Amino acid sequence: MKVVAALEPRTTAEVVDAVRSHDRLVVRGGCTKPALSTATDSAVAVDIAGLTGIVEYDPNEFTVTALAGTRVSEVTGLLAANGQYLPFDPPFVAAGATLGGSVASGLSGPNRYRFGGVRDFIIGVRLVDGRGDEVRGGGKVVKNAAGFDLPKLMVGSMGRLGIMTEITFKVFPAPKAWRTLTVAMQGIDDALETIMRLGSLPLDLEAVELTPTATLNVRIGGLEETLEARIQRLERAIGRGDGRALSGDVEQAFWKELREFRWLPDEHKLVKVPVTPTRVTPLHERLDRAGATVRYGVGANVAWVAWPGEMQELDRLLSALELPGLVLIGPPESPRIGHVAGRSFAARIKSVLDPARRFSEV
Amino acid sequence: MSSHGLLDALRELYPRTRLLEERAALVPYESDGLASFRMRPLAVVLPETQQEVIDTVRLCHREDVPFLARGSGTSLSGGSMPVAGGLVIALNRLNRIKRLDPRQRLAVVEPGVINLDVSRAAAPYGLHYAPDPSSQSICTIGGNVAFNSGGAHCLKYGMTANHVLGLTAVLPDGEVVELGGESLEQAGPDLVGFFCGNEGLFGIVLEITLRLLPLPERYKTVLAAYHDLEAAGNAVARVIALGLLPSAMEIMDRLALDAAEKAVRAEYPPGAQALLIVELEGESEVVEAELARLTTAIGDSGAYEVRVAASPEERALIWKGRKSAFSAVGRLSPNYLVQDGVVPRGRLGEALRGIERLSRRYGVAVANVFHAGDGNLHPLILFDAREAGAIERAESLAGDILRLCIELGGSITGEHGVGVEKREYLADMFSAVDIEMFKALRLAIDPKELSNRGKMFPPETTVDSRPASRSGETDGSAPAGQPRSR
Repeated sequence: MKVVAALEPRTTAEVVDAVRSHDRLVVRGGCTKPALSTATDSAVAVDIAGLTGIVEYDPNEFTVTALAGTRVSEVTGLLAANGQYLPFDPPFVAAGATLGGSVASGLSGPNRYRFGGVRDFIIGVRLVDGRGDEVRGGGKVVKNAAGFDLPKLMVGSMGRLGIMTEITFKVFPAPKAWRTLTVAMQGIDDALETIMRLGSLPLDLEAVELTPTATLNVRIGGLEETLEARIQRLERAIGRGDGRALSGDVEQAFWKELREFRWLPDEHKLVKVPVTPTRVTPLHERLDRAGATVRYGVGANVAWVAWPGEMQELDRLLSALELPGLVLIGPPESPRIGHVAGRSFAARIKSVLDPARRFSEV
Repeated sequence: MSSHGLLDALRELYPRTRLLEERAALVPYESDGLASFRMRPLAVVLPETQQEVIDTVRLCHREDVPFLARGSGTSLSGGSMPVAGGLVIALNRLNRIKRLDPRQRLAVVEPGVINLDVSRAAAPYGLHYAPDPSSQSICTIGGNVAFNSGGAHCLKYGMTANHVLGLTAVLPDGEVVELGGESLEQAGPDLVGFFCGNEGLFGIVLEITLRLLPLPERYKTVLAAYHDLEAAGNAVARVIALGLLPSAMEIMDRLALDAAEKAVRAEYPPGAQALLIVELEGESEVVEAELARLTTAIGDSGAYEVRVAASPEERALIWKGRKSAFSAVGRLSPNYLVQDGVVPRGRLGEALRGIERLSRRYGVAVANVFHAGDGNLHPLILFDAREAGAIERAESLAGDILRLCIELGGSITGEHGVGVEKREYLADMFSAVDIEMFKALRLAIDPKELSNRGKMFPPETTVDSRPASRSGETDGSAPAGQPRSR
C-alpha cells in the first residue's frame, strides 16, 4: 500500500476542487471504520474532518444540520443539552466518528430498535458527486417528498458515490431516564425465541441485544416514575426471574461499551452482517465453529462479528448462507462480502454520480 | 413508437376481459384523486401475475410505448393520471399478501394490496402496519411505495420508506431487480430507500417486504378547541417543549371543521375556530404518565374545551372527522384543490397568516387541515369550476402558497408527491444542477423515459412536453375539478 498525503478541504469549493483534480479518491472522516476509509492503490485520501460545524439547530424543529466532518459527539452533546438525541444511536462516537462517516457506513447502534436506523433519520444532504458537481437532496424539514431520495441513497454508500458536505437529521426528545434488564438465557435458541416473543408484545423497548454467551439485554426509557413498574413487567414477560436491572452510570457505561465496540478482541476484524432472527441459528453455528465472537443487535437483525481468520473464509461462509456482510475493521480492498443485493441497480446510479469511477465500486 | 404493435402483442398476452380498449371502459382510468387533470390512456391491462407485469413492461419497452402503473388512483398530485398515448397497468388484482411472518414482524405483499388490509391481517398477532394515509382503506401499497406516502402518524414512525425493508421491481427496460431484504439492517447503499418515492419513474414494484410494529397497548387522543387558529398553533409548540413525542398532532380550522361536522357528525365542540388533536400511544404506564403532562400543557394554552377520548369509539369518531375532511370539504364547494406544502414547525403561524392573506387577496376561500406536528399543511382551495377563470385563480393561489412554503424554508410537498400538479415548482426548490442530476438518475434507470413519463420534472425538460390538459383528450366532456366522492 502506497502512502499518499491526504487532502484536507475546509470548504465545499475545496471539496469540488479535490474531486475535479484527482482521478482516484477515498473519503475519510474519523477513520473509525478503517476498512471503509483506507486509501489503496493510487487513490488519494480526502479527509473531511476539517469540514466541521453545526449549521442550523432549533430544538423546536426536531432537526439538526451540520457539516459532514462534524464529530458525532459534538452533535449528541448539543442535542443532550436540549433534552434531545439521535435515535439511531450511531456507534464509535467516543472513538471520533463523524456524521459523514456514520451515514456513509450506514451504521446504527442498539437504540435503533425503538424508532429506526440512520436511514430513518437522515432527511437532507448536500454532496459533491464524482463529477465534481455540488448537488442536494431532501431538505431541512422533517417531512418532504420532493425529488428522489438522495439522503437515503447516501446511507451505506461508503463515500463511493460522492463526498457528503452537509447533512440534516431528524431528531427526537430523549428519554428522561433509562433502565436495562440483563437476563442469562438457556442458549441462543432460547434467546432468539424470547426476542421474537418480546417483538410482538406492546412494550416500548429502546434496545434488545444479545451478548455472548446468550445474555439478553433489554433497555427501556422514559419518565422516571414509569420505569420501575415497566422493568417488573418486562421481567415477567421474559419469564426467567433472575434478571439484573441496571440504572444510572452503570447502565450508560454498559451501552457505551457495546456502541464503541470496546469488546472487540485484539487482532480481530469487525464485520456487520444484516440478518433476521430465524436465520441466526445456522449463522451462529458456523461462526462459533470458526472461533468468532458475535453480538446480535436490534432484536437479532444484525450480527456484529469479531472475526479471527481470513476475510475470504468469512466471505464464503456468508455467501453460502446468502447473507450480506460489510467489513468495518479489516482489509480495505473489498469491504462488501457475502451476498450482494441490487448490484446492477447500484451500477446504474454509479454511472450517473461517478461516471469516471473516481471512487471505488459501491 | 408503435401502439398498434403493442396492442397486438397485448391481445396475445391478455384475455379480452383484462385488456380494456373501449372508450367507455377507459373513462374511470382517465384521472386520479386530482380529478381536474385528465388524460385518456391508449388502453388498460389488468395483470393477475407478476410475470404478466414483467411481460407487459418488456413489450412497452420493445414498442416504445409509455406506461403507468396504477393502484386505486388516490394520488392527489396527478401521479397516476395516464401518460398521453400510454398504457395503464392496473395492479389491483395483484393483491395477495404472500407471507405474513409475525414472529419476525414482516409482511411480504404484492403492490395491489390495500394499505389497511396489511394491518387487518397483522392484527390477530398484535401487530400493525404503521403508515396511515387518510385514504388507507382504499389506497394500495404499490402506490404508497411509489409516492412514499405519509399519514397522520408519521411524526413518530416516519413515512412509507421507513417501513419498506425490501422489494422486487421491474425496471422500465424490463430488468427485474431485488433491493434490500428482510432485515432491518443493510450492507451497502440503501437502494430500497432510494427507490421509494420515485413517483413511478423507476418502474413497477412487484413485491414488497414491509416491517410490522406491535399494536400500541394504549391510545390517548386529546381534542382541544380554540377561539383562534394561532392559539392552536402555539399549543403545538408547548407540547413539543414538554419533550413529549406524540404520534400525531393535527389541526383543523373553522371551515374544515364545519365541513367535517356536516359530513360525519364528529361532534366536535361547537363554535371552535380551530381544533387541535394530539394522540399519545404506547405502553399503558408511559401513556398515562405522559397524558397528565400533556393535558396540563394544553389546559394552559388557551383552549376553551379539552376532551380526552374515553373509549375506542370516541377516538374513532375524532379521527373519522379528521380523515374525512378532504371529502367533506366537497360539500362546501363544488370543486377544490388540496395543497401539501411543508414549513418549519416554528413558522406555522406565519404560514397560516400568509395563506389567509392570499385567500383574501384572491377572494378564494381556503380551508386548512394540517399535520401540525411536522409542519405539513393541507390547504384546501375552494372554487366553482363553472365560474369563468375560477380554476386559474385557484391554481394561481395554490402556486403562491407553495412559493410561500419554500420562502419559509420548507418544501412543496410533504407526502403527496410532485406528480403533474407541482412539477413547475420543483425548480423553485432545487437548483438546475440538482434537477439535471435527478433527470440523469431517471435516464440511467429508464433510458426511454417510458415509466410515468411527464411526472415530477418541469414539462420542458421531458420527452413529452405537452402540458397535461385539464380535459386532456377526452373532448372536455368530463367535469373539471370534480372532487371524488369517497
